Amino acid sequence: MNNSYYNSDDLKKFGNISGFQKNLGEKFFSYYGEVFKDSELTAREKSLIALAVAHAVQCPYCIDAYSSDAFEKGWSEAQMMEAVHVACAIRGGASLVHGVQMMNKVKEIAM
Amino acid sequence: MIKSLNAQHSLLADSHNQIEILAHSKTGDFLLIPFQQKLEETGLYPLTPFQIEIFQVNIGKMCNQVCKHCHVDAGPDRKEIMTKETMQQCLIALENNPELKTVDLTGGAPELNPNFRWFVEEIKKLNRHVIVRCNLTIILANKKYHTLPQFYKQHNIEVVSSLPFYTQQRTDRQRGDGVFEDSIKALQMLNQAGYGRKETGLILNLVYNPAGAFLPPSQQSLEKEYKQALMDKFQIEFNNLFAITNLPISRFLDYLLQSNNYEMYMEKLAEAYNPVAANNVMCRNTISVGWDGYLYDCDFNQMLDLKLACLAKHISQFSTEKLNSRNIVVGQHCYGCTAGAGSSCGGAVI
Repeated sequence: MNNSYYNSDDLKKFGNISGFQKNLGEKFFSYYGEVFKDSELTAREKSLIALAVAHAVQCPYCIDAYSSDAFEKGWSEAQMMEAVHVACAIRGGASLVHGVQMMNKVKEIAM
Repeated sequence: MIKSLNAQHSLLADSHNQIEILAHSKTGDFLLIPFQQKLEETGLYPLTPFQIEIFQVNIGKMCNQVCKHCHVDAGPDRKEIMTKETMQQCLIALENNPELKTVDLTGGAPELNPNFRWFVEEIKKLNRHVIVRCNLTIILANKKYHTLPQFYKQHNIEVVSSLPFYTQQRTDRQRGDGVFEDSIKALQMLNQAGYGRKETGLILNLVYNPAGAFLPPSQQSLEKEYKQALMDKFQIEFNNLFAITNLPISRFLDYLLQSNNYEMYMEKLAEAYNPVAANNVMCRNTISVGWDGYLYDCDFNQMLDLKLACLAKHISQFSTEKLNSRNIVVGQHCYGCTAGAGSSCGGAVI
């Protein structure tokens, strides 16, 4: 990803975000760390959710990070792809469900 | 079945080439802080032993499997086997040094050594705790090995077995086609003999190691998942899970280089350096004996042919006084034992 807006090496610099705004940066990373701990959901389950969300928000850094993390935590390739399909279905469904709004509007103005 | 690096006449079959790659990297433009410097920065250099308690013996490189990550480069084509004479020298060392409480037998598949059962019986006569690193499939490999669970039970041996994952795909990918199915059958045979059952006291521990260029996840979480999955699917019980990091030597080093993951993996290990883990590395209370009787700080130094930095270099010269006053030989591969929660033959160290 060199020579583009996204650079894979930048992922390692994520922690430096606090350099420009220490207080908020530290609060974010503390919160982030807490979110991904074993709790009502396991860290393993959270990793798969994060992978799906990473695809939904199309963040290449997050996709890199959580593809590794989810595989390391024992999810299979097929399970990880199913999670991506869940993200895809929700994104696709989110567009399609707006079709109801289109139908409503057309019905409102059509003879 | 794939061949060992040794049979392929690979450059990596020569431990000097491995050390060269680890010290200077493959390409020369990748720099990693020397492990020794890392120890110095954290006040741990020179690394010195505690009291030696574990006597780990590699009784041969022959194995019925050819696992892709094997640090021994073991396989059916390896002929290095410990002789009965060397075993007798080990027994003398044990007899003279009662502080060596545990004897950890490894290989290859240790059971392939024709004197394996005799050696175990002689060690038990000296009243030592014995661990056998059993690859599981050996139990089904030939009729003469079907009685191994009963033999282990008879001598109250602790069995430690690799099962890289609780699914077939990941296990077979690392250890070869059909290994998962045979491993499950062998585990069921061990359970039938009483191994892994809480009320029997017969210990069956499993070993997880990553099927790729990454570090193990939390040992505690993984153990829960293993226990649930193996019970739900196969009604298998076991005692503890040891999560072990793959060290960048031999066949795993070959995999890292072939897959272009070497630099990334080494950086990951170095970034995860943990001084608490470094303080508890297994080489501080273990001595490793090679198939030919030479002594090493650990099984990994053995495979890199990094002999002890003291005058007692062979089992025939065994002296706890000399061994306890030595400095442990370290190299870049040692980052594998100090990453994260650490790694040893008994899993995480913290």
